[in-house]
Amino acid sequence: MFENLTYMVPLIEIRHLTVGYEENIILSDVSLTIHDKDFIGVIGPNGGGKTTLLKAILGLLQPFRGEVIFHDCMTEGNHHRIGYLPQINNIDRKFPISVSEVVKSGLMSKKVIIKKYALKDLEYAGELMNEMGIYEIRNKAIGELSGGQIQRTLLCRALVNHPKLLVLDEPNTYVDNRFEKELYEKLRRFNESIAILLVSHDIGTISTYVKSIACVNHSLHYHPGNKITPELMEAYECPIQIITHGKIPHTVLHQHES
Amino acid sequence: MMENLMSLLAMNFFRNALLASLLASITCGIIGTYIVSRRIVFISGGITHASFGGIGMGYYMGFDPILGAVLFGIFSALGIEFFTRKADLREDSAIAMLWALGMALGIIFIFLTPGYAPNLMSYLFGNILTVSLTDILFLTLLTLGIGAFFILFYRMILFISFDEEYALTNNTPVRLFNMILICLVALTIVLNIRVVGIILVMSLLTIPQAISNLFTRYFHKMIFLSIFFGFVGSISGLVFSYVYDIPSGAAIIFALVLMYGIAKLFFIARKSFTKKQHAL
Repeated sequence: MFENLTYMVPLIEIRHLTVGYEENIILSDVSLTIHDKDFIGVIGPNGGGKTTLLKAILGLLQPFRGEVIFHDCMTEGNHHRIGYLPQINNIDRKFPISVSEVVKSGLMSKKVIIKKYALKDLEYAGELMNEMGIYEIRNKAIGELSGGQIQRTLLCRALVNHPKLLVLDEPNTYVDNRFEKELYEKLRRFNESIAILLVSHDIGTISTYVKSIACVNHSLHYHPGNKITPELMEAYECPIQIITHGKIPHTVLHQHES
Repeated sequence: MMENLMSLLAMNFFRNALLASLLASITCGIIGTYIVSRRIVFISGGITHASFGGIGMGYYMGFDPILGAVLFGIFSALGIEFFTRKADLREDSAIAMLWALGMALGIIFIFLTPGYAPNLMSYLFGNILTVSLTDILFLTLLTLGIGAFFILFYRMILFISFDEEYALTNNTPVRLFNMILICLVALTIVLNIRVVGIILVMSLLTIPQAISNLFTRYFHKMIFLSIFFGFVGSISGLVFSYVYDIPSGAAIIFALVLMYGIAKLFFIARKSFTKKQHAL
């Protein structure tokens, strides 16, 4: 039992958080603790507040009530050690910027004014791009890339500043199946050293990779395990689709009253 | 022809005009690239037309209309920056309102001014040939300011423009940068009103960028190319204007659009040529 405890270093504690936009409350009284090396899948219906939860953690939304507490190891200088992969449609794909510039923008908290990047930062950026398979296209403009290549680029940006927590918002939209599988394998490897919070609508695929599940639907239900059953979903009022693989691919849609 | 040009160069007003074109190309090349990349062309149009209110006020109260334009330009820029975030107003409607209000105020002030408003046309359509040394001095200061700011903070400007939300998650001073940049946009617009006028200044901020975008997809290259195309367009416009005795602002815009047309045709032709080669 005590051996287990040594792995449970808390990074972020969300306590009784109520948050939303303008006057609209999206999430009310939500509590969640993110520990080191957690791999939490955030699921829930559209409009249930998945992205809102992320924005509160990222400091983009101020809580109405409650608080988000960062433990010391999560803070470095003036910023939190979080790497963030936004939804791809937040990105202006016609913006005149190159792949390597986007990746280096992950270091911006360190480099406000003109100053050379530290050699080790540049080397690490190169390593990451190499690992993600975008080193050859590093000088291309993002407008010339495919959806998967943009996701790889944004993932490098999220990782380049050595985060303790990686936050991903629907990374599997607009990408092909091959990249999706590769992405999850990569995440599993990153998870050996950092915590991951992954928002996804595709619960069927992520359930084999995540260690625990947070079901967000105006409130939050934390489930410390990755087994998803219709009964569980029903108990948490979390209407989602369960996809399994068989000889004939089939989808079971589970509908219930809200 | 050559002799003609040499004698032109010997004239003070023409040398001023050349200098003004260069400074206008640099300021509009840099700021225009920012505006186009960040998709705030409409906001910039709003600021431009709002500043007409200040020009009217200058006439009415008897001070330099450009000073009034600076005031109106800066206030409307900061107003847009502030209110589109705070107030629950649709951004484009708010800007359209400001746009029209500025023009209306300008017209009311000018109507109330006793007598006749000299040089009114030059504020609307610009007259690079009457640019004064004071105008050039202010444009020079602005060029130096913008140049220094963009060199010092190039990365920050690029990263915030590309993904403001991401910059916020890195705890970078996004709001401060947005404020400074929108003020630089307002100053660039207002000080270039003397060169091409209120109606035409937006084109100096967007056409060189449109031409550059045909050749490059990188922010810094877009800046340098825009400065180059802007300068070539201004000089050709200036010469047109002198030779055919037509208004300089209009001639400059015409030259720029012509350049865009030629560049675009060149790219279309090259594309169909390579397609044919592939077919063979």
